[in-house]
Amino acid sequence: MPAIRILYFASLRERVGRASAELPGDDPLTVAEAWSRLNPALPLPPNTLAAINHEYVDLGAPVRGGDELAFFPPVTGG
Amino acid sequence: MAVRIEIREHGFEPLAELAAHQQALDARLAGRYGATASFIGTMRDHNEGDDVRGMRLEHYPGMTERELARLAEEAVERWSLLDALVIHRVGELLPNDPIVLVAVWSAHRGAAFDACRWIMEALKSRAPFWKHETLPDGSRWVAKNTTG
Repeated sequence: MPAIRILYFASLRERVGRASAELPGDDPLTVAEAWSRLNPALPLPPNTLAAINHEYVDLGAPVRGGDELAFFPPVTGG
Repeated sequence: MAVRIEIREHGFEPLAELAAHQQALDARLAGRYGATASFIGTMRDHNEGDDVRGMRLEHYPGMTERELARLAEEAVERWSLLDALVIHRVGELLPNDPIVLVAVWSAHRGAAFDACRWIMEALKSRAPFWKHETLPDGSRWVAKNTTG
């Protein structure tokens, strides 16, 4: 099973201290569980947004091997 | 139906882009549209009471284009638009640099005004861009967009 690729953007990348990470893909996880497994000392900041394969998802959504999971703060474009 | 989405890493001229796009779409739509509405967002030299010297716009390559296409297509469907154009800057910007151009073409003005506004507001709440401002004495991430 391919790995889960995790991306962090903007201020969240700076808080976490890295732009990307990986998790084994053979373990069923939710978005929230993926966060706490990777960042056990850092509670998920309120208002954090998540996307799987470029689609917004809830924190309870399942993540599978091969997925690209992104965490980022509220967006400020335009 | 047509939607054109572009992310630009370098400066662009919204009015020239608008003119060129409309000229090109006349090949297939001349006579069919009665209304063109556009919005241009430009970088200010102040935000939340502070002077702003510059700005870096980050995005999520891949998701940005998909999200912009999704919301432009949603507007095309909802307002029966004939065409829509979204150009958005990323990278390093200075005050007075254009940030975003949204333009729509429709048969009547009501749909054009409403769709243009809707696309812009949806972009601000959904498209994965983040602004990082340079101030006279430091820098900061913009925490949230101002309303309206």
